[in-house]
Amino acid sequence: MAVRKPPITTREYWAPGHAACAGCGCAIIMRLATKAFSEAMEEKYGDPNAFAIAHATGCMEVVSAVFPYTAWKAPWIHVAFENAAAVASGIEAAWKKLGYKGKILAFGGDGGTADIGLQALSGMLERRHNVVYIMYDNEAYMNTGIQRSSSTPYGAWTTTSPPGKYSIGEDKPKKWVALIAAAHMVPYVATASIADPYDLYRKVKKAAKVDGPAFLQIHGPCVPGWRIPPEKTVEVAKLAIETGVWPLFEIENGDIRNIKFQRFPKDGKFKKPIEEYLKLQGRFKHLFKRPGAIQELKEQIKEMWRVLGKEVELP
Amino acid sequence: MPKKVVSGNYAAAYAAKHARVEVVAAYPITPQTSIIEKIAEFIANGEAEIQYVPVESEHSAMAACIGASATGARAFTATSAQGLALMHEMLHWASGARLPIVMVNVNRAMAPPWSVWDDQTDSLAQRDTGWMQFYAENNQEVYDGVLMAFKVAEHRKVNLPVMIIESAFILSHTYDIVDMPPQEEIDEFLPPREPLYTLTDFDNPIAVGALGTPADYYEFRYKIEKAMEEARRVIKEVGKEFGEKFRRDYSQMIELYKTDDAEFIFMGMGSLMGTVKEAVDLLRKEGYKVGAAKVRWFRPFPKEELYKLAKNVEGIAVLDRNFSFGQEGILFNEAKGVLYNTDAHPIMKNYIVGLGGRDFTVSDIKTIAKNMKEIIERGKLDREIEWYHLKR
Repeated sequence: MAVRKPPITTREYWAPGHAACAGCGCAIIMRLATKAFSEAMEEKYGDPNAFAIAHATGCMEVVSAVFPYTAWKAPWIHVAFENAAAVASGIEAAWKKLGYKGKILAFGGDGGTADIGLQALSGMLERRHNVVYIMYDNEAYMNTGIQRSSSTPYGAWTTTSPPGKYSIGEDKPKKWVALIAAAHMVPYVATASIADPYDLYRKVKKAAKVDGPAFLQIHGPCVPGWRIPPEKTVEVAKLAIETGVWPLFEIENGDIRNIKFQRFPKDGKFKKPIEEYLKLQGRFKHLFKRPGAIQELKEQIKEMWRVLGKEVELP
Repeated sequence: MPKKVVSGNYAAAYAAKHARVEVVAAYPITPQTSIIEKIAEFIANGEAEIQYVPVESEHSAMAACIGASATGARAFTATSAQGLALMHEMLHWASGARLPIVMVNVNRAMAPPWSVWDDQTDSLAQRDTGWMQFYAENNQEVYDGVLMAFKVAEHRKVNLPVMIIESAFILSHTYDIVDMPPQEEIDEFLPPREPLYTLTDFDNPIAVGALGTPADYYEFRYKIEKAMEEARRVIKEVGKEFGEKFRRDYSQMIELYKTDDAEFIFMGMGSLMGTVKEAVDLLRKEGYKVGAAKVRWFRPFPKEELYKLAKNVEGIAVLDRNFSFGQEGILFNEAKGVLYNTDAHPIMKNYIVGLGGRDFTVSDIKTIAKNMKEIIERGKLDREIEWYHLKR
């Protein structure tokens, strides 16, 4: 009897016992991404273990390595907040010099990537290091207790963007680091989401297999930060895609005129209203009492799609 | 032995090449630039096979060195002043991760006012980062220092980073004769690095930079201090071996110059001590019984050597090309602290000299000698800290 190869490798690099919250979206990213990475290393270099991980300070760093324990089954290093890309650059340079084959994987949250680590990321991409950088995007500084980052979406409550008499909550549009990465004209840039694990898996593998740098921005809901029940993590992430809030795309060599989209409605008309996405999350609760706020968010999302070259309709 | 006429910066670059460094990650800053330019040139000409990472900041320079060193490579960088200050956070990470990175820092004054000239406050402000610090008097010591630094840093009982420090322009851009031993002799002195742990053990992967709770953090700190204590011994051993191999002895953490019968001595660090030695010769001709003590290693601090020295002199003039605001010169402060619990209590006076590249000459040292002699005769300080050059 023929045995089918499982669609996702059974190898594990993110062990149980880590201290992430129940329902953590970003923990799913860690597990799936390292699996995909190892499969790519096996296919490209004949060795599933041919990688090391550089990790920025953040949720996934702090929950995964509490001395003397580690959840990582791959060589792993954490050196501060703003420099995972620089540390990965150094590791990659040493690999080249010492003759190791394989690729370096870097992880940073949205704070560690979009804000404090943006300069190091730009340097790593520009210098064309053989590194895949994964930004796990839970849309605020969750590790320090839910403070806004430049990747926090418009309208969201955080502890440093609280809604109030004079505040709508976060009042700036979300910054899309994937587009900044694409401007470096690197071989591969993509967005992904835990709600589509096969798409995520395929993209990480593709990123791992290109020669040179690649960047992935992956949506990972945060249970305490988004004020959602732990069992709703995947559902919320899925709604982000279905309502047009989270675009899934790939950009190769910075070619923004030929962006490939996934799960994009053929006619550009999203069927589900963003209210369905918002109402599940406590961080957007106040928007329903603010006339015009949700409309403003819709306009910003349409503008984001316009930048990506798509005219969309949001119900 | 092959000799080259090179600047302090080129001496540093040649030393890095001769130490067979494997990864260099660096960012340009005056007056460090000619170090990394020369290394880039070595690579471009095929004279050295080094992975050079032209990073986008000094912070990333040290971060990349940490990544490379944790991977098992011999990593090197160079910087100065503002660049060193930007690296500050990473300096703690390098020593905390117990990585034998070697860095040349060109002493330059911190701004404002904007300055590119010599001043030791930039490196001394890093004294608590867990890095060893070696202050070079001349270009030869820059070269020798880098070679020895790797050997000390990579010693199994040490595993701590080293900063080799040279003066802006006075050494960095001034040409002098430097002896460079044949490569095979250097290779014998400094074999390839043998790291205890690396990020390339895929069967037994390690995690570097984990969270240390209050139950463990304390012991991690203690182990760094134990390594620093070991380093005192290793520094002397390596310095002695260097002397036996290359005829320049570095077995003493404080270099003594005519101190045996000295009534009082000048103590300081770095290039200014060359001027001091010359002044000592001249002063002796005038009848002064003076000597000089050049503190080579500021971290680990040479406590025992200082005690032995202080026991036999009546006065010490500490020359600080640096200052800790709200207190005093940093070497002065450290030296007084070392002697407090001992029976050696010479009269000590702090002269703040040469900040921001202000010229400090033989005639200045003569003036200071006269002042010191008066103090010793009187048996009492006129004042503890003197801003020597101050415009009146």
